[in-house]
Parts: sequence; structure tokens; C-alpha cells
Amino acid sequence: MNGVHDMGGMHGLGPIEPGPDQPVFHQDWERRVHALVIASPTRGNIDAGRHRRELIPCPDYLRMTYYERWFAALCEMLLKGGVVSPEELASGRADPATAKATPRLAPEMVAPALSRSGSYLRDAASPTAFATGDRVRARNLSREGHTRLARYVRGRTGVVEHCHGAHVFPDTHAHGGGEDPRPLYTVRFTARELWGPDAAERDSVSLDLWEPYLERV
Amino acid sequence: MPHDHHDHDHDHGQEPPSDIALRVKALESLLVEKGLVDPAALDAIVDYYETKVGPRNGARVVAKAWSDPEYRARLLADATAAIAELGYSGGQGEHMVAVENTPATHNMVVCTLCSCYPWPVLGLPPVWYKSAPYRSRAVIDPRGVLAEFGTKLPADVAVRVWDSTAELRYLVIPERPPGTEALDEAALAALVTRDGMIGTARL
Repeated sequence: MNGVHDMGGMHGLGPIEPGPDQPVFHQDWERRVHALVIASPTRGNIDAGRHRRELIPCPDYLRMTYYERWFAALCEMLLKGGVVSPEELASGRADPATAKATPRLAPEMVAPALSRSGSYLRDAASPTAFATGDRVRARNLSREGHTRLARYVRGRTGVVEHCHGAHVFPDTHAHGGGEDPRPLYTVRFTARELWGPDAAERDSVSLDLWEPYLERV
Repeated sequence: MPHDHHDHDHDHGQEPPSDIALRVKALESLLVEKGLVDPAALDAIVDYYETKVGPRNGARVVAKAWSDPEYRARLLADATAAIAELGYSGGQGEHMVAVENTPATHNMVVCTLCSCYPWPVLGLPPVWYKSAPYRSRAVIDPRGVLAEFGTKLPADVAVRVWDSTAELRYLVIPERPPGTEALDEAALAALVTRDGMIGTARL
């Protein structure tokens, strides 16, 4: 979707204001939001979670802090997943008619679970279409659903630097359509191809793009 | 361990808790009452991200790469495995890529679409990394971004920006500072900064 979350190359969003190494969390409620998102029964589909945050209306998205977005998206996912009812969310009290569940994540399982590396690599169903060194164009697609094809590369030509095998495809996975693994490539674009002749001649930007985002030049 | 003064602000009675703080507390109570989350597990998650992961992990990786040519080669060939050798693994570090600064090339990492960041080696990202100004400008004006961090990059050094659009996570290996030949790995690790490993600073 062409949302405001897709902000690469925009001007006018203000100074960066870098600081020293900051505390990990700035407010106690941010600690709890981070932990609730990880422990939530809705956890498991990272693409659906990202898409839920992208669906926050643009003006709200820009106004909210990072953990406000996480909290808003968590509430939506709990509601949409039928985990809590609107009445429960409004009152903060459980409906006495519902059975009590068992937590998905026990305290002693937290450290092992967080240090375990899953993988998004899957067995490839077909040979890859592109090889290292191929020139490819990012396709000009404007679909309403979730995608990781950033707007600023659409229609631009780059060079395949690496093929990473088939990875879970977010455009399908975010919408409950299964993992639909597709070959993933690192594609390098020159800064001048992306931003025009004023950009520094030797600078470049590389993105990780799935095969359906690309076409042969 | 980072520990800020907001930690117990709801206990002091000085300022009323904010609306968002109340809503988060209400949701946690609800999920606990429904048996969906264990508050002790939430405490353990917070502790993990405040004490077990952070840029000191990445600094160890960089210092070892500077000190041990064979490790450096393994890191550049398969960063996920090389980083796991030091015991670092987990979510947001499933597919690691190490990119090395040289006298001719400077690398900088961003996630323009959300906030992807290599948690096992750098911990959770700083606020500026997740914010609109950095996400929007890192790809179009990396030299201006570097200047905002106090680094003026010579024109003959090429900038390579890496936009983390998939589940690959990037770690910048900064150049080893001159005059550090006599230092051991622990002393070298102390020189490595978080921003150096994101690429918004040079060491």
C-alpha cells in the first residue's frame, strides 16, 4: 500500500536529533507494550503485524510515537483475532463467561525463545529467474495490500548483487495466504538512478527485493 | 544496564499516569485475567532486552573481526553463523549480513518501511533510528545525515546505504582506528560504538 510508512526519499520530516546511547525504554508503559507484543497470542506472523501498523491512518501514524503505534496495532490484532471483545478492551475486565486460557509463553521459556533463531528461508519451488550481475527493473506496482517494494525504487533499474534463496513472501503472508516463498535478491541502485543527476556519482542504495517485484531489463 | 528515572513514575504520586500508560495497564490486566499472558514472562522479556542484548554484543563481533583474519573472513562469508559462534542469535537476527567499511567505501543501514534492526547484536534501536526524519533521509541524503551526526565524509569515499526491506539484518564493520595495533579484543570492543555499527558515525 502507498502509505506514509513508506517514507524513503521524503523531505520535510524534520531534523534527526541524534543522541548518546539512550535508555532502551523511556517510559515504563513502553516496556510493557514491547513485552505484550512478544508474549501476545497474536504473535507469529511478522508480516501481518507490520501491515497492521501500516493501516494506522496516515495523520495518526505521523503523530504517534513508535510504541503508541505498537500498542494501537496490538489492540487491533487482538480484536480482529477474536482474542478479546470490544467490551473487554473498553472495560479492561474479562467476560466471566469465557474460559481462562494458559499463557503461551512461560517465564522460564522467555530467554530460550528470544535467543532462538528461526529462519525465513524455504526450499525453492523453481529455479531463480535472475543471477548475480543481472540488470533488473523494480516493477511499478501500486497494490493496496502489504508490500516491501518501497515506492522510491519502483520503475528504477539496478543490478542483482546476491540471491538469498526463497524467503517467505510478505505480500502473501501478511494477508493469511500462507508463506508463498519466492526468491529474494539484494539489488543495488545507483544514487543517480534513484534521485537524479545531483546525487553523488559513486553512492548507491541496496534493497532486498523478492522476485515478483522485479523484471528483466 | 540502562535504567531511567521514569521506571517508577506511577508510584510517586507526583504526576497522574498518562492516558496511554493507563490503557496499557488495562490491557495487561485484561490479558492476565484471561490467562493469555503471565506477568512474570513480561518481566523476563523486558529484562532480556535491557540486559542480555545491546551494542556491546556487536562490539565483540567487530573487535574479533579486527583481531582475527579467519573470523573476519567467516563473518563476511556467513555473518549469521559467525555471530552465533559468539553466542548471539534470536529474533531480528535470523539472517545477518556484515558489511565492511574501507578507505573507499562507507556503509550505512536504515529501514525506510518500519524499524528493522539487528536486535541480537545491537539490542533495540534508538528512537531516532525508528523515526521519520532518519527513515526518510538516509536513502536520499546519507551525507547530510552523516553531517547531522557530526561526520563529514570526504567526497572520494562512496556511500553504500542498505535499506532493510526483508528479513536480512545488516551490521556495519567500521574501520579499525589507527594506532590500535597493541590493543586486545576487549580493549578494541570498548572503542566500537552503536552508531559506528549502524554506519551513522565513523570511529
